[in-house]
Amino acid sequence: MKLVVVTAGLTQPSSTRLLADRLARAAAERLGGASEPVVVELRDLAVEIAGAFVTGFPNARLRAAIDAVTGADGLIAVTPVFTASYSGLFKSFFDVLDPKALAGKPVLIAATGGTPRHSLVLEHAMRPLFAYLRAVVTPTAVYAATEDWGGGGDAYADGLADRIDRAAAELADLMRRTAPAAGRPAAVEAGGAATGETGGPAVSGASSGPAGCRDAGADLDEVVPFQEYLASIRPSR
Amino acid sequence: MQFGIFSVGDVTMDPTTGRTPTEGERIKAIMRIALKAEEVGLDVFATGEHHNPPFVPSSPTTMLGYIAAKTERLVLSTATTLITTNDPVKIAEDYAMLQHLADGRVDLMMGRGNTGPVYPWFGQDIRQGIPLAVENYALLHKLWREDVVDWEGRFRTPLQGFTSTPRPLDGVPPFVWHGSIRSPEIAEQAAYYGDGFFANNIFWPKEHFVRLITLYRQRYAHYGHGTPEQAIVGLGGQVFMREKSQDAIREFRPYFDNAPVYGHGPSLEDFMAETPLTVGSPQQVIDRTLQFREYFGDYQRQLFLMDHAGLPLKTVLEQLDLLGEEVVPVLRKEFAIGRPAGVPDAPTHASRLAAARAKDAPVDDALEKEVNR
Repeated sequence: MKLVVVTAGLTQPSSTRLLADRLARAAAERLGGASEPVVVELRDLAVEIAGAFVTGFPNARLRAAIDAVTGADGLIAVTPVFTASYSGLFKSFFDVLDPKALAGKPVLIAATGGTPRHSLVLEHAMRPLFAYLRAVVTPTAVYAATEDWGGGGDAYADGLADRIDRAAAELADLMRRTAPAAGRPAAVEAGGAATGETGGPAVSGASSGPAGCRDAGADLDEVVPFQEYLASIRPSR
Repeated sequence: MQFGIFSVGDVTMDPTTGRTPTEGERIKAIMRIALKAEEVGLDVFATGEHHNPPFVPSSPTTMLGYIAAKTERLVLSTATTLITTNDPVKIAEDYAMLQHLADGRVDLMMGRGNTGPVYPWFGQDIRQGIPLAVENYALLHKLWREDVVDWEGRFRTPLQGFTSTPRPLDGVPPFVWHGSIRSPEIAEQAAYYGDGFFANNIFWPKEHFVRLITLYRQRYAHYGHGTPEQAIVGLGGQVFMREKSQDAIREFRPYFDNAPVYGHGPSLEDFMAETPLTVGSPQQVIDRTLQFREYFGDYQRQLFLMDHAGLPLKTVLEQLDLLGEEVVPVLRKEFAIGRPAGVPDAPTHASRLAAARAKDAPVDDALEKEVNR
């Protein structure tokens, strides 16, 4: 199963990446460690993401990242907390995805910050973002404040290691339940015969075309025959 | 195959001088550019239609009527005519009138327009963009083909016993292209009517347009207008040339970097790699344009965007000299090689009149000759 990690840390090394790697390792172990998680470092794509906003389409490098995320069986998304929310770069990446790209996909959300006071960013900003994208988010979201790297839990909460384990187990469980036995292409439902009698293979390309053009990713398979469409907009008398 | 230019009609500051032309200067410059297109042997000039600054062409038939009076051969077209927010009755009247004045050298390209506020300014709702395009065009199609029209739809006041005047020249409506950059519904619409389909092919990677055109070709065949290869396809393109490619890149870069549509984003080199934009020598433009056929199949019309992003008139006219003298003659020759016999040329008034008369009176050689003259 394909596990993809999106991480929006900016420094090198970054505690956001550190958290992402710990989560990825824990989830991969639960999944049997069959395949290495793919990591998408948004810092490396910052210029490409800005470019996609300006031009309206992702270039080849960004497209590869979008394809990886869209085709994943499970996603780990980690952001630093900036100004009371996810970082702008993190949000921008999800803005260039097709809004349906994550529908039904298991996602583990996580964030890092200098103080535990920002931990509800996960529940008040991250979770609604992924709810809008119709992703299936694990009940446990993982927040790592600076102090978490040096201590265990307390009387009121588990330590970071325990929370990572719990979240990873939830993600692995969701992935096993939602992914079919054989690996599936991302847009398998779209390859139908909607082009009608003449429908040839060349337009069943929702899964073979360039994924991730924000506006350009038209579903060419879902063409309503013209007369049907014309009839549907005719005023009823 | 037809070659021509299309103009968006933006009034943009020249980033190298800081000077912005007045609307009057820009309008006259567009007219000069259109006349130049005929002088250098191009076939088509098409103007955009916009109803907001910084664009000037709000009244395309006025512009095209002026050009018609000053040209002999040039086909006058649009890129695009807003089928969503214009009254289809007025489109029917305006373009039939233009057709008479221009002796049939007129076709149109329908588009929805992508400027949100234009819809409410004209009393429409952008969320109804596709239904508007479909219903309005269905009415326009009828108005040009039926002398007396009774009609009722969702978006426009009903018509009883209405005749759009003047009737189309020789009873042959202008040929219509449908332009779309993202909607399969519009490719389907073009296929249904047997109209042309135009992919602007400028701002996005070619793969996207390949999918739309493939869909259009298949549906064109589905509706019985011919084989997929016989569907009528037009493509945009965007070039800047100098004899030496380094000179072209050096001169165009500030215009690219500051262009309203894609400026302040990716580098010129990245954008050239990702989209059909070509900045270089005439030979590079020839090579790149010839590749379009490999992706999209043999097609009927190639339009280039040449006057935008604040390029001064003098530069644009020089570009047109290069296009007309060095590029298009080679493209005409090369595109003709290996073009299958069944692939038609772009429809013209003469060819459509001949087809209409052939249908009514199968044998009339004298007339055919006269029409094809």
